Amino acid sequence: MSETGADADRIRHLLAAEGDQIKANTRLFNEERYAQIDDVGSERHERYRTRAREIKEDAIDRLPDLIERTRASVEHNGGTVYVADDAADAREYVAEVAADADAERVVKSKSMTTEEIDLNEALEASGLDVWETDLGEFVIQVAEESPSHIVGPSLHKSREEITALFEERFDPDESLDSAQALTAFAREFLGERIEAADVGITGANFVLAESGSIALVTNEGNARKCASVPDTHVAVAGIEKIIPSVEELHPFAELIARSATGQAIPQYLSLLSPPVETPAVDFDRPDEPGFGGSDAERDFHLVLIDNGRTEMREDDDLRETLYCIRCGACANSCANFQSVGGHAFGGETYTGGIATGWEAGVEGLDAAAEFNDLCTGCSRCVDACPVKIDIPWINTVVRDRINRGKDPEIEDKLVDGLVPDEEESGTPLRKRFFGNFETVAKLGSATAPVSNAVASLTAVRRALDAGLGIDVRRELPAFERETLVEWADGRTTVADPERRVVLYPDVYTNYVQPERGKAAVRTLEALGCAVTVPDVGGSGRAPLSQGMIATARSKAEHLAADLGAHLDAGRDVVVVEPSALAMFRREYEKLLPADEYERLDEGSYEVFQYVYGLLENGADPDALTAGDGSGVAYHSHCQQRTLGLEAHTVAVLEDLGYDVLTSDVECCGMAGSFGYKSEYYELSVDVGESLADQFEDTDRTVVASGTSCTDQLEALLATETRHPIQLVAP
Amino acid sequence: MSTSPIREFERSLHRVDATSSVVEPDGFDAALADAVEEPAVGAPLPFEDLSLADHPVALDPSPRELREARTGVTGSRLGIASLGTVAVESRAGGDELTALFPEYHVVVLRSSDVRPDLRSAFAWLADEFDAGRDSLVFETGPSATGDMGALVQGVHGPEAIHVLLVDDE
Ligand code: SF4
Repeated sequence: MSETGADADRIRHLLAAEGDQIKANTRLFNEERYAQIDDVGSERHERYRTRAREIKEDAIDRLPDLIERTRASVEHNGGTVYVADDAADAREYVAEVAADADAERVVKSKSMTTEEIDLNEALEASGLDVWETDLGEFVIQVAEESPSHIVGPSLHKSREEITALFEERFDPDESLDSAQALTAFAREFLGERIEAADVGITGANFVLAESGSIALVTNEGNARKCASVPDTHVAVAGIEKIIPSVEELHPFAELIARSATGQAIPQYLSLLSPPVETPAVDFDRPDEPGFGGSDAERDFHLVLIDNGRTEMREDDDLRETLYCIRCGACANSCANFQSVGGHAFGGETYTGGIATGWEAGVEGLDAAAEFNDLCTGCSRCVDACPVKIDIPWINTVVRDRINRGKDPEIEDKLVDGLVPDEEESGTPLRKRFFGNFETVAKLGSATAPVSNAVASLTAVRRALDAGLGIDVRRELPAFERETLVEWADGRTTVADPERRVVLYPDVYTNYVQPERGKAAVRTLEALGCAVTVPDVGGSGRAPLSQGMIATARSKAEHLAADLGAHLDAGRDVVVVEPSALAMFRREYEKLLPADEYERLDEGSYEVFQYVYGLLENGADPDALTAGDGSGVAYHSHCQQRTLGLEAHTVAVLEDLGYDVLTSDVECCGMAGSFGYKSEYYELSVDVGESLADQFEDTDRTVVASGTSCTDQLEALLATETRHPIQLVAP
Repeated sequence: MSTSPIREFERSLHRVDATSSVVEPDGFDAALADAVEEPAVGAPLPFEDLSLADHPVALDPSPRELREARTGVTGSRLGIASLGTVAVESRAGGDELTALFPEYHVVVLRSSDVRPDLRSAFAWLADEFDAGRDSLVFETGPSATGDMGALVQGVHGPEAIHVLLVDDE
C-alpha cells in the first residue's frame, strides 16, 4: 500500500537518527519516576491520583462557571482575561498587547499552548524579536525544529549535536563542548535578552479561579524571570487548566514533577497572582536604586484558549483528554515512543500517548491520523498517568473515527463478503483484515496444514504485503487443524469437582496455540475442577485494535451473553490470553451495559490467578509438574501487568520450585497485529530487542503469557517460547 | 522513627544540593557575615528581630548591583522539611529578583517556620491566600537543567543555596 511506504521510511529514519537519544532519556525519566513513587509509597501516590482525577472531572464539568470566576478574580486583581475562540484569535490578541506596550522584544517561558497556536511565528511576523528562555526550547528554536516531547522538547538531541548547532549558529569565542559550557553560554545569551525584554510570555500549568493565580512549574527558574522582569506579562493557557483554588492544587503539586521527570517537586513551583508586588526591573537605568526605579504599572493578561476544547468537553470520548496535566509520563512509559520519539509519535504540537486526543481535538482527525496507529493499546500509560486517563480508549475512538471515510473507492460488497464485520463502509481493507482475524483463523484452521503451507509461499507473502501491508519478514501464525474446542468436545472431565470452570477459548488459544489451552485444562482438572471449553466467539480485541468499535461491541455482546449463561450456571470463567481478559476488565465497561460488564468482570480470572487461588484454598500442588530448581525466564504480557496479574504466575512458579527471572522491559513490541504491519515491523523489532537482550544468553526456559509476546520472542531469540501453564501442567 | 523536623529539613536540603547551618538568634549576625560573599544584594527580612541593616548587603539595589551581585539574601517564612523547599515571596522589596539573579542565594529562615511536608505547607498557603498574600515561589535546590546533555546547576537562577536557620524555639 502506498500510504504505508512513506511511513516505513520515516520511521526507519527516526529510529536511526533520534532513537538512541530518546530511549536513553525517556528510560531515565521512567527509572526516576519509579524510584520516586517507591519513595512516597504507591498507596499515597494512588490517593493523589484518585483525588487529582476527581478534581479534574469536577472542574471540567463546571468549566464555564470557573472561567467566569477566573475572569472576576483576575480583573479584581487588576489584570485582564481574554478568552480566545481559536488560534488566530489568540495570536491577534497577544500581538495587540505587545503593540500596546510598544514592545520590541519578547521573552518566553516554555508553553505547549503557545506552540499550539504558533504564537512565535505570528509575533515575529509583526516585527518582534522573540526568544525562548527554557534551554530545551531554546535549542529547538535555534535548530528551527519542533519539540519531540511535551516535557523535554529537545530530548532527541545529543550534547554533541547541540554543540555543533550552537557553534555554527553563534560562532562563540570558546568551544562549547560540554554541558557546562553550553549552559553558561545560553544563560548569558538569554539573560541579556530577558533584561532587555518588554513583554514576558509564559504558559500556566494551572490557573486558580478563586484567587486569579497561575501556577508555573520549572527547573531553571526562567518562568519567574519572564513573568517578573518585564512590566507586561502575558500568560497563555488552555481553558482546561483551571482548577477552583489553591486547595485543589496540592495533589497536582505532589504529582506533576514526580510523573514528569521523577522529582519529588520541581525546583521552582511558582504561584503568581498578578500583578505581583515584585518591582519590575528597568535595566535601561542601571545605576538607579530600587531596581531602576521603574514607575511603570505592571500589566497582566491571561489569555485562555478554547481552540476546540469546548467541543472536546461535550464529546464523551474525548473529554478526558482535558484532564491531562502535560507531564509526558504516557510518552515515557510507551515502548514505541521510546524508540521513535515525538517526531513520529506526535502531531502538529502534542506528542506521545495523549497526543491523539489533543491533536484530534485541537487540530482535527487528519493531524491525529498520522501517528494514531503507533498506539498498540498495551495500556501501560494508563497506570503512568497521574490523572488516570484511559489513553488507549481515546486512541481507539479516534482510530474508529479516522477509519470512516478511508478507502471509499473499495467495492464494499466484495469486502463485506470477506470480512463479516459491523463496520460502516470506508474502513480500510487492511484494518478489516486484522479486525476479522477470527474469520481468517477459522478458515485457516479448517484448511490447515494446506493453508499454512500456502501462506508461507513467497508469492502469497508478496501479495499479502502488497495488498494488506503484512510484512514478509514476519512469520505468520500457523493454524492448527484441530482447534481447542474440537479437542475438548465430548471429553469427560472431573466427575465430582471442587469447582466448575469454563475455559475461554480465545481466538489464539483456539486456533493457533491449542496446546496452551489443553495445558490449562489439564492443570485445572488436576486441581479438582471440572472444565468445559464452550464453542464461543472472539472477545472483540482484534477489531478493537483496528478501531472497529461497532464490530468489537457486537462481539462483546455475543460473548457476554454466551459466557453469562455459564456464569449463571455457577461456573467461573478462566482466560489464558491476557489481552482477552483485559477486554473483560477494561474495554467491556465501555462496550456493554453496566450489569453485564460487572458480571463478567467479577466472574472471570486469568489462568494463573485462578491456579494461585486454588492452591491457596488447599488444592494439592503435587498434582502439577514441579520445577525442581529449573530456571525460567518469564515475560508477562503488558496488559496482564497493568491489571496487576504478573505476580500470580511468578508466585505459582516459585511455589512449584522454579527459579524465575522476570523481564524488566516495558513491552515486547509486538502488541497483536502491530508487528505484522510493514511500516511498523522494524519498530516492533527495535522495541523487542530490549527484551531479547535480557533473555538472550540465558539457559533458562523462556515463557511468555501473551500470544504476541510468544511470537516476538520466538522470532527474536529463535528459541521455542511457551506459555508458563505448559510448564506446570501435568 | 521520629526525627526532629530541623534535622529532616537539613537532610533534605543536602539531598537537593543546598547547604544549611543552624544558629541561635544572638549568633545570627556573625553567621550571616560568614555566609555572605560580596558583593551582595538583599530584600528586607520579614522578621522583627533580624535585619540586614548591619551587613554589606545592598537593599533596593540598582539593576547593575542586582546583575553583578555574587550573593542574594532573602528571608523566608516557610521551609518544608521533607523536601528541602523554601518559600520566596513576592514583595515590594524584590525578594524574587534577589533570590533569582545572583549565583548564590542565602535564605534566612526561623526554625519555627519549618513545616513537615507539602500537605502542611499547603495548609499554611491556604491561610496566606486568605490573607491576600498570594504570590510566591517554592524553591527547592539550585536552578538546574538537563537540556544540554547532562545535569547542570545554575541556569536562570542560582547555582548554590545556603539556608541559615535561626533557632527560635
Ligand atoms: S495523559 Fe496523563 S500521562 Fe500523558 S501527559 Fe497527560 S497527564 Fe501526563
